Amino acid sequence: MKRFALAGNPNSGKTTLFNGLTGSTAHVGNWPGVTVDKRDGVYKKCAEPISIIDLPGIYSLSPYTPEEVIARNYVLDEKPDCVINIVDATNLERNLYLTTQIMEIDVPIIIALNMMDAVEKRGDKIDAKALETKLGVPVVSISALKGAGLTELMDRAYETSKAPRKGRTVLESGALAHLITDVKIALDGQGVENPLFHAVKLAEEDELEVRAHKDTVNMVEEFKKTFKDDTFGDDFEALIADGRYKYISENFSSVITKKNKEKFASTKSDKVDRVLTHKIWGIPIFLLVLFAIFHTTFSEDFLYLGKIFGFSSLEDLGVNTEALGGKLLACFYDGAVFSPGVIINNLWNNIIVEYAFGWLVDIIAESGMSSWAIGLLNDGIIEGLKSVLSFLPWILVLFLFFSILEDSGYMARIAFILDRMFRKFGLSGRAFLPMIMGFGCSVPAMINTRTLADDKERAATVRVIPFFSCSAKLPILTAVAGAIVATFGVGNADLITYGMYLLGITSAILAVLFMRNTTLKGETPPFIMELPAYHAPQFKNLMIHLWDKAKHFIKKAFTIIVASTIVIWVLSHFSFSWAFLEDEQISESILAQLSMLVQPIFTPLGFGSQLGEFGWVFVVAAISGLIAKENVISTFATLAACLAAVASLNINGLDIEAEEGIGAVQAMINATGIGVPGLIAFIAFNMTTIPCFAAVGTAKAELMNGKSFKGTLIFWIVSSFLVAAAVYTIGSWWWTAFIWAAAIALTAWGVILYNKKAEKNK
Amino acid sequence: MQKILSDFIIGETGIVKSVVGEGKIKRRLFDMGITPGAEVLLRKKAPLGDPIEITIRGYELTLRKTEAQLVNMEVKG
Repeated sequence: MKRFALAGNPNSGKTTLFNGLTGSTAHVGNWPGVTVDKRDGVYKKCAEPISIIDLPGIYSLSPYTPEEVIARNYVLDEKPDCVINIVDATNLERNLYLTTQIMEIDVPIIIALNMMDAVEKRGDKIDAKALETKLGVPVVSISALKGAGLTELMDRAYETSKAPRKGRTVLESGALAHLITDVKIALDGQGVENPLFHAVKLAEEDELEVRAHKDTVNMVEEFKKTFKDDTFGDDFEALIADGRYKYISENFSSVITKKNKEKFASTKSDKVDRVLTHKIWGIPIFLLVLFAIFHTTFSEDFLYLGKIFGFSSLEDLGVNTEALGGKLLACFYDGAVFSPGVIINNLWNNIIVEYAFGWLVDIIAESGMSSWAIGLLNDGIIEGLKSVLSFLPWILVLFLFFSILEDSGYMARIAFILDRMFRKFGLSGRAFLPMIMGFGCSVPAMINTRTLADDKERAATVRVIPFFSCSAKLPILTAVAGAIVATFGVGNADLITYGMYLLGITSAILAVLFMRNTTLKGETPPFIMELPAYHAPQFKNLMIHLWDKAKHFIKKAFTIIVASTIVIWVLSHFSFSWAFLEDEQISESILAQLSMLVQPIFTPLGFGSQLGEFGWVFVVAAISGLIAKENVISTFATLAACLAAVASLNINGLDIEAEEGIGAVQAMINATGIGVPGLIAFIAFNMTTIPCFAAVGTAKAELMNGKSFKGTLIFWIVSSFLVAAAVYTIGSWWWTAFIWAAAIALTAWGVILYNKKAEKNK
Repeated sequence: MQKILSDFIIGETGIVKSVVGEGKIKRRLFDMGITPGAEVLLRKKAPLGDPIEITIRGYELTLRKTEAQLVNMEVKG
């Protein structure tokens, strides 16, 4: 099968084109650097099926960022049959800079001139034919968004791929033409493939090339001694970059006809930008946007209408919420109008999941199977599944908002606004995107750190991403917070949830500060980033994002989570001698016995030995969270069903199947006598400890070297014990706050002193 | 008049004269189109005064003042 590679600048519409060609649903966003790995799909509408490879978006083929190296090595080593270079027509100059580099490789190439509709809308014109003549490679106008011109593009690409092509350079008339030609001939003599490309890179003294062609470097060194340019001296890298841009502006300004001759004309996007990144209002607007997102997703009093107008609750109005009609009404309103996120969540949980599974549970219960089979199916699998599926709506709603931010181009501005603050912690504003993505899911967030150019910054970011409580940790928060309010009558569930998010962020900041001054010391990485034009988010794009996310989540729920629920149910219903245990005998189970062994080490965190007979349930839940965080609450649900069977415990009055696992946690509280500090410490522990399997695997792949990965695992264990211990001790004995503060101050002082000394020695 | 890019005020335009510094950062500046002869407009500064946003070669680019210090400019008009 023929292979065509898609190459182009970030944000040039590459992924949209890829989706259009392959019908795939890859993630698209209006943020430079959304595709960070190569992916492939198949195009079927040509004479033969063609494999399409989507390379990461790049500005150049320099050796400095991982994406650039991935793209460059792919084209050089894998030798695709054709490179489709997608060029953003609204930004021709900078896009062609990459084209001039790809053209130096001996590979058939075709230009897809994208966003021509946007150019025409502006009233400008680009002469694609003239461009084709000048470049000497085929040029096809397309609109990736509307799917226009794709057939022509692929037909011509197919034709182009049939004949081999020799690399050409635009530097042949420049000051370095001699050097490049000589090196090329030398490399050709050595039988090196793509001699022109390597010759140019050697002239640039590209790190990767210098290492690969040690003997030929001498030629460059010799030439350098005899050479002096007025502007650049002997800086060949500068000379070459300049040569490319000079060539582009000299040759291609003629293909564009601009309606508005003003060089720095103001567009609609600029007007929007003036408000959103305003000197005074920029930051308040950003905070307001974040608040609006969380309010629309989670608030049970939308726009505070209930508070303002003093609506009556359904109970006062005499509505029967047991009947279907009342139940439906209760999804939308109860003393206050719920926010859209809450409404969707209620409809899903109280109606769809409730009825679908309720029906299934009844069938199984009456099927006449043996009691352990019914127990496994109903209390184990279905309870577990229900608790996992119950927060699908939260994930999707939250994810929808992040997609809108990303698609519209606002996310890039947030990085712009926040960079100054991030620099204080030794990071760049770019680290903000992976971190905020962490609120959705750690896995894509960690993958996205590839857009960070600095290795140490990446490692620090990957490590703290799990502290940005992901959507799978949200049920732990809502369940435990809800149970605290219901049992102890203290506080407000929203406030506790919000506080825990803040605790996670604070821990992340402290951890980054600590690492950037000790183990991951380094220069503050540069922040040189394109700000894409704003555009209204595409409905289709948004739906693709959501569908992808839902699919991924449901798949996870039905595979890894069901598997681990079964394991936990079996471990909690069988003893070491493999005898089936009734619910009442749970203390003799394998699970209980193993957890009791490790229970003491959680004592400083408030959920260890002090909890007595049933204290191990918190340990089990935390451990099962290592498989998937959704497991923490589904484990509670499974175990609560067992504990409820122990009649001596006063939990019979509780509805342990109550929504969002609150009942299950209440059962745990009654069974163990755990206090508020211990419960909060339990949330804190889960938020900062080793994340789920999937995230750990991703971190391992992203960190690339094994030492850094081991360090990361140790970092997660240490930080979660420290944070949870701090929460527990301060919550139990307020004055210990001074001890913790003193310890932090002492550490900071020690680090500063040590670094000063180290600097002096240098 | 010569000036470094980081000293530009909002709305000021100029031509890139040279880029100093080395390695990664310099190459990145070049790759993004900040090469001698390119016209630059300082469009705005972030709310906290840094980074800055410039228009260059028809698009918007943001960079920090520390990076803009590497760019020597000839102020226009």
